Amino acid sequence: MRVPLSWLREYVDLPAGATGRDVQAKLISAGLEVETVEQLGAGLAGPLVVGEVLTIEELEGFKKPIRFCTVDVGKANGTGDPQEIVCGARNFAVGDKVVVILPGGVLPGDFRIAARKTYGRVSHGMICSARELGMGDDHDGIIVLPPEHEAGTDAIALLELVDEVLDIAVTPDRGYALSMRGVAREAATAYGLPLRDPALLDVPAPNAIGYPVEVADPTGCDRFTARTVVGIDPGARSPIWLQRRLQKVGVRPISLAVDITNYVMFEVGQPLHAYDRSRLTGAIGVRRAEPGEKLTTLDGVERVLDPSDLVITDERGPIGLAGVMGGAHTEIAEFGEDSGTTEIVVEAAHFHPVSIARTARRHKLGSEASRRFERGTDPLATSAAAQRVVDLLVLLAGGHAEPGVTEIATPSQPRTITMAADHPDRVAGTVYGRETVVRRLQEIGCHVRGTYADGFTGTSGQEVDELIVTVPSWRPDLSYPNDLAEEVIRLEGYENLPSTLPRLPSGRGLTDGQLLRRRIGRALAGAGYAEAPSYPFVGTEVFDQLGLDGDDDRRRAVRLANPLYDTEPVLRTTMLPGLLATLRRNDGRGSHDLALFETGLVFLPKEGTKNGPARPPRLPVDRRPTADELAAVQAALPDQPRRAAVVLAGARERSGWWGAGHPETWADAIEAARTVAREANVELTVRQAQYAPYHPGRCAALYATDAADGTELLIGHAGELHPRVTKALGLPDRVSAMEVDLDLIERAGTGRVSGPRVSTFPVATQDVALVVDGTVPAAAVESALRDGAGDLLESLRLFDIFTGPQIGEGRKSLAYALRFRAPDRTLTAEEASAARDAAISAAAERTGAILRGA
Amino acid sequence: MSAPNKSYDPVEVEALKPEAIERMRDQALAAIAAAADLDALTHVKTAHTGGTSPLALANREIGALPPHAKADAGKRVGQARGAVNQALAARQTELEAERDARVLAEETVDVTLPYDRRPAGARHPLTTLSDRIEDIFVAMGYEVAEGPEIEAEWFNFDALNFPPDHPARGPQDTFFVQDTEDPAALEESGVVLRTHTSPVQVRSLVTRDLPVYVICPGRVYRPDALDATHTPVFHQVELLAVDEGLTMADLKGTLDHMVVSLFGEGMTTRLRPNHFPFTEPSAEMDMLCYVCRGESVGNPDRPCRTCASEGWIELGGCGMVNPKVLIACGVDPEKYSGFAFGFGIERMLMFRHNVEDMRDIVEGDVRFTLPFGMEI
Repeated sequence: MRVPLSWLREYVDLPAGATGRDVQAKLISAGLEVETVEQLGAGLAGPLVVGEVLTIEELEGFKKPIRFCTVDVGKANGTGDPQEIVCGARNFAVGDKVVVILPGGVLPGDFRIAARKTYGRVSHGMICSARELGMGDDHDGIIVLPPEHEAGTDAIALLELVDEVLDIAVTPDRGYALSMRGVAREAATAYGLPLRDPALLDVPAPNAIGYPVEVADPTGCDRFTARTVVGIDPGARSPIWLQRRLQKVGVRPISLAVDITNYVMFEVGQPLHAYDRSRLTGAIGVRRAEPGEKLTTLDGVERVLDPSDLVITDERGPIGLAGVMGGAHTEIAEFGEDSGTTEIVVEAAHFHPVSIARTARRHKLGSEASRRFERGTDPLATSAAAQRVVDLLVLLAGGHAEPGVTEIATPSQPRTITMAADHPDRVAGTVYGRETVVRRLQEIGCHVRGTYADGFTGTSGQEVDELIVTVPSWRPDLSYPNDLAEEVIRLEGYENLPSTLPRLPSGRGLTDGQLLRRRIGRALAGAGYAEAPSYPFVGTEVFDQLGLDGDDDRRRAVRLANPLYDTEPVLRTTMLPGLLATLRRNDGRGSHDLALFETGLVFLPKEGTKNGPARPPRLPVDRRPTADELAAVQAALPDQPRRAAVVLAGARERSGWWGAGHPETWADAIEAARTVAREANVELTVRQAQYAPYHPGRCAALYATDAADGTELLIGHAGELHPRVTKALGLPDRVSAMEVDLDLIERAGTGRVSGPRVSTFPVATQDVALVVDGTVPAAAVESALRDGAGDLLESLRLFDIFTGPQIGEGRKSLAYALRFRAPDRTLTAEEASAARDAAISAAAERTGAILRGA
Repeated sequence: MSAPNKSYDPVEVEALKPEAIERMRDQALAAIAAAADLDALTHVKTAHTGGTSPLALANREIGALPPHAKADAGKRVGQARGAVNQALAARQTELEAERDARVLAEETVDVTLPYDRRPAGARHPLTTLSDRIEDIFVAMGYEVAEGPEIEAEWFNFDALNFPPDHPARGPQDTFFVQDTEDPAALEESGVVLRTHTSPVQVRSLVTRDLPVYVICPGRVYRPDALDATHTPVFHQVELLAVDEGLTMADLKGTLDHMVVSLFGEGMTTRLRPNHFPFTEPSAEMDMLCYVCRGESVGNPDRPCRTCASEGWIELGGCGMVNPKVLIACGVDPEKYSGFAFGFGIERMLMFRHNVEDMRDIVEGDVRFTLPFGMEI
């Protein structure tokens, strides 16, 4: 809402010296978001006067038509002689009144005017356009004024060129502030001054002789006022002051009747519509649209109406989308049209906000009218607004009002709210006192009655001091005590609220899961990974690129109804697409040695559902939902487990002066999974697996044990990506990745570590090299060695793998260092050897291992 | 060697004459001083203190002296040997120091060599900033609450007093999950990507015992294309306190505490009236510009880029929990009141760390993330 300060002063006697900035600060403090204060005519300096064009001489021989004019500027040039001016515009004729700036004047933008030679003549000043004067951008031509203004009159005052305009962003609850009336009320309160309410008008009583109106839907339209003005001069134009005020609030002047309805809408906040009576057939009606009904709106668009659209009709059908936009057929004729409008029916109605909002949204047709109706207009202002339009039509268009006054109104009671007098105090945490509360509520237009009637209540023995507050008709947003509390607190100033801290009960800190996630982030970062959160939106082709089977569960994804991009309609079921895209982006930007991680949710439709959740039940909001209701809502949501994933490319360890580095491999990816699991004190079991998108020979399935029931949990997978996948995704040649389920890892966590007993007796070290078939997993050999070695084994480490002709085709030699130690004595060589031999024979038995060299 | 001879005149034992002992000692000392390195010193040591060295031989002759002369001669020899050993040790220390200095000098390396063998990683600043904010409130006694990102409309809108026709519930402002019954319908499924973390507040009120003091960080979604200042996926931190007797002054104090914790002493916040469905009264919250502290306002000589010389930085929205929200969650608004606030982490990261382009935050470029390290 744009509010010219000069217009605002019509309703409130603001201090003479109050600037736009001052008023802005006051209104902001009262809760109106005044975003800017525009300085109109800043830098403008006269002499700027009305001139009458006396002669026009067309100059030939230039690229564009140029006129040499003489203009009567009265005494403004000191001599009274005609002023000689060169002008490039052509939209004026001899005898027109124009606006002339004389040498010495300055136009906005520090454009200094002096007599100067141009097109072979000397121009003593300039004939001005609206744009040059900062009056708006919609007009290129020069301004032609109505003929009644005398040459030599100061045009700065005449055109109200110097002004300040506040621009207010109005929140949805404060529809009343979309009017001068509403803003003036706030300004009056802020300055403690009286308000001259423009809606306080003498209105004749309704009668039965007005234009016939039938409201078929009193819920959608609970109030409809119609007035008729006849004898309008179709040639009458909006006076300068009216045009200027509309320009300043951002509306283009069109014709007198339309300008007046717009003007009154901005003044009172009541949207109005003017019909050309000669184009109406029969009674005006208000009803819902019929299925398939059509209406061509004022913007020339033919619209198919929805049965829930509220429409204004006459006998022939819809003539307007109620509260949103009028129809083209009954439009007021523009000035100068042959069939000029001489009789006008004025509509001022109150429509249901939700109905208007739906229609405006459905037809993507927001208008100044719908903005106001959506937020709730003042139902009691319809007759005053209509009266104001009638008065202005009579005053400015020479019309006269017909005695008929149509008013259809559904009876309603004003809303009252009962509130403890100290409720605002208790909401704010400060003491305003009863008197202040009552005064502030009265200032916003409430009627307040006090009551101590109940005397004493309950066991507290406290006297109940209640206020019965009747809220004004223009404040449909006020329904509850907290709404009233807000009014009191904002008028007393949010800036004056004290700053206190509540006394909290002790909290339990972060949960184990939250702590675990932080540790995992730190551990991965410490291991060289950079965290890279990615969007969860993916395209379905990524599942093909990952090489997933046609029936792979990961293809069952939650689909969005309105994705940001049609190419990414589903939500991730695996973390890898996003991370790999980030890897590719980094690689493309020249970072080739990459280790990235992300933790976040994936979205998995529940078993037995299609690609999305079933509709959850719509629960009430007037009570707490039952446990069953909440469970039903929860059941409709997809599963959203938390995952951790890494991707790696390029060098894991760089080459340098210290020697050769090494590229990342599948082993780094598995180790990243171990790093994650370690933070939860979970030991992973690794098994060879074949699982897309991994290399079929370089993929590990990762398992852990459920701490609660001992079952084995598949935690995730890790390995090197399939070469076809890296190719399909445009990735570097070798990329490794892992993805694990953090919720499952948390379930496998064993919690508290039991402190090991540390033996101080000497260690006995034994190395063994075992030859096994090439397909035997090292993990199997290790596990057999451990089982065989028994309790004396302190640790075991694979330190070398050897393949070659010496040990036979298709076989490998695994070299382990075994460390034995007893808790209570020094082991003898025999004891250590016996334990080693037991380990070897277990390995031999379970994996076919042969002691190398034996 | 001379045999013990009681009649032997000690004066006649040449080697034990005082001049002879002095000479032996001086020769030894001279040799020690002349030893150029540890090897030479070893030779000198053998020659002058070994079993066949003159002083050792002289020492053996003492036994041949008559008793009255033994003590005198013994003392002379002993003193001489002591002096030699002392000199040897000193020279040994000296030569070792010289050798060490030389060897270690040879082992000198260029310690300015770079060592980016395994470069460090980093957590994303959105994560660490969120952690930091959580920690401020956890220290006060709040708990961190979480919830799903795909959320039922009841939690995301209805329970928060968004009427069915609220514009925020349209597909312009909310991602809707496709309806399984009518895939063509835009907003029928009743399931959305949460547009704020407020549904976690509702979940907290529904599932936790009163009083409730929680902070709700998390990812949220709105259909804005990525540009320098917008992202369709972003992060919020919201706070909810519901207890008996909570006031707007408590809200203000809690906000003040947060900005002091994040930006230092002297920081404060400002509330401006606003409107949200889920709070009443509602306010927009600003914090004092932590760079200029308001000094740039009306002071063209000291413009402030961080706050555009406004003196205040917009943080987010806040207010007293609307009693309708409490009712929907089964909390008695006659007994309990609450306050809540929420703001975007991306925005705070931008103004707290001079980030100019949202895309740098969301694209995952390691050049952006790595400098932030482990904590923020």
